[in-house]
Amino acid sequence: MSLPDGVERRQFADENRLATRGPPVYGEPTDGEWRAWDARRSKLGATLEKGMDTGLDAGDSVLYLGAASGTTVSHVADFAGPTYAVEFAARPARDLVGVAADRDRLFPLLKDARKPESYAHVVESDLDAIVQDVATRGQARVALENKQFLAEDGRLIATIKARSEDVTAEPAEVFEDVLAELEDGYEVLDTERLEPFHDDHLAVVARPK
Amino acid sequence: MSDETAGEAWFAGIDTTDPEAAAERISEGAADKPADWPTAAVEAGAVDSTDAYYDLLRNATIAATRAAVAEAEAADDQQLAHLVRAMDDCNRTANELAERVSEWAGARLGESGSGVGFARRIASRDTASGNAGDERLIDLAQRVADLDDEAAALRAEIEQSAPQVAPNLSALAGPVLAARLISLAGGLEDLAKSPSSTVQVLGAEDALFAHLRGQGPSPKHGVIFTHDAVRGMPRENRGSAARALAGKLTLAARVDHYSGERKPELDEQLAERIDRIRARTDSADSDSGGDDQ
Repeated sequence: MSLPDGVERRQFADENRLATRGPPVYGEPTDGEWRAWDARRSKLGATLEKGMDTGLDAGDSVLYLGAASGTTVSHVADFAGPTYAVEFAARPARDLVGVAADRDRLFPLLKDARKPESYAHVVESDLDAIVQDVATRGQARVALENKQFLAEDGRLIATIKARSEDVTAEPAEVFEDVLAELEDGYEVLDTERLEPFHDDHLAVVARPK
Repeated sequence: MSDETAGEAWFAGIDTTDPEAAAERISEGAADKPADWPTAAVEAGAVDSTDAYYDLLRNATIAATRAAVAEAEAADDQQLAHLVRAMDDCNRTANELAERVSEWAGARLGESGSGVGFARRIASRDTASGNAGDERLIDLAQRVADLDDEAAALRAEIEQSAPQVAPNLSALAGPVLAARLISLAGGLEDLAKSPSSTVQVLGAEDALFAHLRGQGPSPKHGVIFTHDAVRGMPRENRGSAARALAGKLTLAARVDHYSGERKPELDEQLAERIDRIRARTDSADSDSGGDDQ
């Protein structure tokens, strides 16, 4: 099993679930200081649930693109080190600020992930990982443009949403196109569809080349 | 790292203990590329340790993002979206409670009627009968009347502020429909950047996605159906009217967002287009009622 340190499988009610240690965020079940990580609400949670080797580890420095209201990034900040959370929309960012206020090393940024120059004066270089979950067209381009933040041996853990690229196309074809474009800057190490947790989503683990 | 790069850091050249200055730099600043900012901050003497740097960064990013969110949410088009959603909520809740009042009043007082008007009649009754059950019913009816009043007040506020936020769109669509379109699109900017085909079906998302899955016809119109140009049109020409209206509304939203100037010629162009489409039905009654031009 390739779970990062700080992420464990624990028993909640009669279910064995992923969990991290931190203040609760969205009414998830808790057990002492552990709180359940819902794979159905979190694509990264689903990626780990699927047993993919993400390369994530305790204390990693992370750039999280598409943090939304902070559901997933809260779990990341629980086990990782400095975590930069970029979100473009104001409404979810309001909740994200609340999540950040409960944590020591989670830095919320109201920025557009397609314009890394607008946060390169804040986010440090040589990061261990980029977690990407942006619902916009051009998901491969976002990953490529943010590669500059990643260390040589860093990891990109991205979730590609087929419907964001093209609502009408076959997801499999969309994924193929996105992966081909990703190869411009990354070596793709592993991919996995996220069904049954999330329909028409592909998890990708890659390293910069 | 070169000094030039370090000069782009968010903490460079400001008093880092001043939260407002730090927040502004985080929101407004930029750099060509990232660097090892924690080390740079220690080297520049801005902080004693990387731990202290992260503490500083935490406070600054939270303050910056909180302020940026507050600013974005206070934007007038967003207020308009809240107003129209609140009005819809009040109307829906008033109608729902009015149904309850009707049912209850029928059973308890033997009165029959329906709707908010009926609830108002019940609310105007004397509560001094001393009967606790009557009192609760009449009180509930009063809540319906209050919600209905609030909806009316919200509508008045929309009618007042929509023309300021989006003068052309409000003139063409009417203030309430203008507010509704802005609300559905997510803001005036989003609406201005939407293609007219999207504006045409805003509010008909369920039907649109059903269609894209191949499970139904493409929707002809969303909320713009409430516009007289569509609703008042014979059925066979509603698609054309909706398309023409959406086109003009999109233009209006763009003018409102990018210039904000009132352009009365838009109203004339819309009226002309709609007249032409209407004339098609009048003159071609014997025709098969073709849709496209």
